[in-house]
Amino acid sequence: MSYIKPKFRHPGLPRNALGITVADYDGAISTLCAGCGHDSISAAIRNACFLSSIPPHRIAKLSGIGCSSKMPTYFLGKSHGFNSVHGRMPSVATGASLANRELIYIGVSGDGDTASIGMGQFIHLIRRNVNMTYIVANNGCYGLTKGQDSATADLGSVSKYGDVNPFDGIDLASLALLQGASFVARSFSGDKEQLEPLIRAAMAHNGFAFIDVVSPCVTFNNHVGSTKSYAYTREHLDAMPLDYVPMCEEIRTQYEAGTSRGVTLHDGSVIQLHKASADYQTDDRNAAMLAVQEAHDEGRILTGLLFLDPNTGDLNQNLKLASKPLNALSTDELCPGSKVLNSINQGLR
Amino acid sequence: MTVQAFDLAERLQTPVIIMSDLDLGMNDWMSPPLEWDDNYRMDRGKVLDAGALDKVEKWGRYLDVDGDGICYRTLPGTHPDKGAYFTRGSSKNEMAVYSESGDDYVQNVDRLLRKFETAKSYVPAPKTHPPIAVETPQTTLKLGALFFGTSASPAYEAVEMLAEEGFSIDTMRIRAFPFHESVDQFIHDHDLVFVIEQNRDGQMRRLIINECEIPPGKLTPVLNYSGTPITARKIAGNIREALSAKSADVVPLHPETA
Ligand SMILES: Cc1ncc(C[n+]2csc(CCOP(=O)(O)OP(=O)(O)O)c2C)c(N)n1
Ligand code: SF4
Ligand SMILES: [Mg+2]
Repeated sequence: MSYIKPKFRHPGLPRNALGITVADYDGAISTLCAGCGHDSISAAIRNACFLSSIPPHRIAKLSGIGCSSKMPTYFLGKSHGFNSVHGRMPSVATGASLANRELIYIGVSGDGDTASIGMGQFIHLIRRNVNMTYIVANNGCYGLTKGQDSATADLGSVSKYGDVNPFDGIDLASLALLQGASFVARSFSGDKEQLEPLIRAAMAHNGFAFIDVVSPCVTFNNHVGSTKSYAYTREHLDAMPLDYVPMCEEIRTQYEAGTSRGVTLHDGSVIQLHKASADYQTDDRNAAMLAVQEAHDEGRILTGLLFLDPNTGDLNQNLKLASKPLNALSTDELCPGSKVLNSINQGLR
Repeated sequence: MTVQAFDLAERLQTPVIIMSDLDLGMNDWMSPPLEWDDNYRMDRGKVLDAGALDKVEKWGRYLDVDGDGICYRTLPGTHPDKGAYFTRGSSKNEMAVYSESGDDYVQNVDRLLRKFETAKSYVPAPKTHPPIAVETPQTTLKLGALFFGTSASPAYEAVEMLAEEGFSIDTMRIRAFPFHESVDQFIHDHDLVFVIEQNRDGQMRRLIINECEIPPGKLTPVLNYSGTPITARKIAGNIREALSAKSADVVPLHPETA
């Protein structure tokens, strides 16, 4: 099926600091099922990039394979995209980030792509603190291949065909916390108010930023008995609301004393945590693991910024690599020439 | 060869794998000092920068404008609104747009075939040496030997041994796949060709049979897969056996012990 996207845009559409509208961050028309949570995540990524005034051509989109991994086609049509092999986005992202440290990398994956076939790569991406935003659109199933249980399906969740899942689900946020991720969040595709600021903060973060987003599959995993349906997620959601204020803007909104707390990112931008979550300590990894576990035990889905270490060094810094993109290095910088080689040869005699 | 590999990777827009083998990788080897030519310039292949993107009339990531199967590419972040594209599997058209059309698929994989053909003239050519003169030839057959990697040194030694016994064998050391055009020619120029390699199945021989469309009987396998490196004596022995000849110095072959 092919669609023509209407070119007409309302002349009064708001413009960002670059003078462009949200339409400049659009991609192709989605071919996912109507109502799929993944489309809401695409919209949130588009809005986040627009609101943060990131030039589209300075962003690179990466994904693996799955309905979720098809998402990058549906946002940021002016950005480079790379649809890699199933579960292999981490190695492509690592290479890209090392080759050009100046681009902003957004990776989109699925629970199958990340927690099953891609698990080995994913864990090393966290460990290496590759500077990117990594979003898992988590629907508890393999949507693209007709809804088989994935490794994040909860114990006891019932499949569309009536089978009860006999295995404990892998909690990717807990895993990321345990493996030392510098930014860990969870959200829900239906909670735009929380998801957009989280994505903006993740993109501003210097290092690996992970967001696990519950994103219901309306076709294969949205029935009674599923723990990843819209209804179940809404009912069990324990959302910690937040705002994102970029470095260049003042905090205009007035918050009642004691109801809000700011967390500053390395670039000076601020994440405002609201209401009950104002007490939540985002800089305490152990507490975060406990909070996630407690919520899980009580049947709550805790969402929001779970952990942040704003001062980590990313992979490029850690390995002390070239400070410029490799394609910006001159021949002299890349190749030290015969003089240096001769001295190496002499050293081996 | 590493330098050449980088150039090839950019020119052909494909990963280039440098093959080593256990003997080469696990042992210390003498080599002449490495040299560097300061006049060498890197080949960055077909890459369009922002200026070129502004000038070019129509650009598509998989548009084969000069018929060699290699298309112009761009680097991410080059131009504010030109040159961005989406890399994906085989469901795409020449403009890098998602497509499930059969025609697009066919043109895509056919282009890759053209690129494979192009690559044959770009990869390192095989090495050949002038044949060793033989005083009393023992056969009228034109003999050749193909080998690669660390099988090369014992193969040359075996060829010297057999030359003394009256067998003149031309040699060719293969250095790349896809095979350079001269590999086909070498096989066609000989009546019998020995393929010397170190695996049970004669994988290189099979690759040649498939790629160069050679009748299998023309290629005689000379194999060693004992886990220890192949020796000149073993190669000479196998070739003699294939030619039903006895060793000239009549010394029976000792069992090979490492
Ligand atoms: C190497 C490989 N193995 C298996 C598949 C088949 N496959 C395609 S998508 C998919 C699972 C996708 O699940 P997920 O990542 O959760 O994405 P979703 O469709 O649910 O968004 C599988 C197993 C494949 N494409 N490639
Ligand atoms: S099958 Fe499920 S995950 Fe895939 S597009 Fe449809 S609703 Fe979304
Ligand atoms: Mg899934």
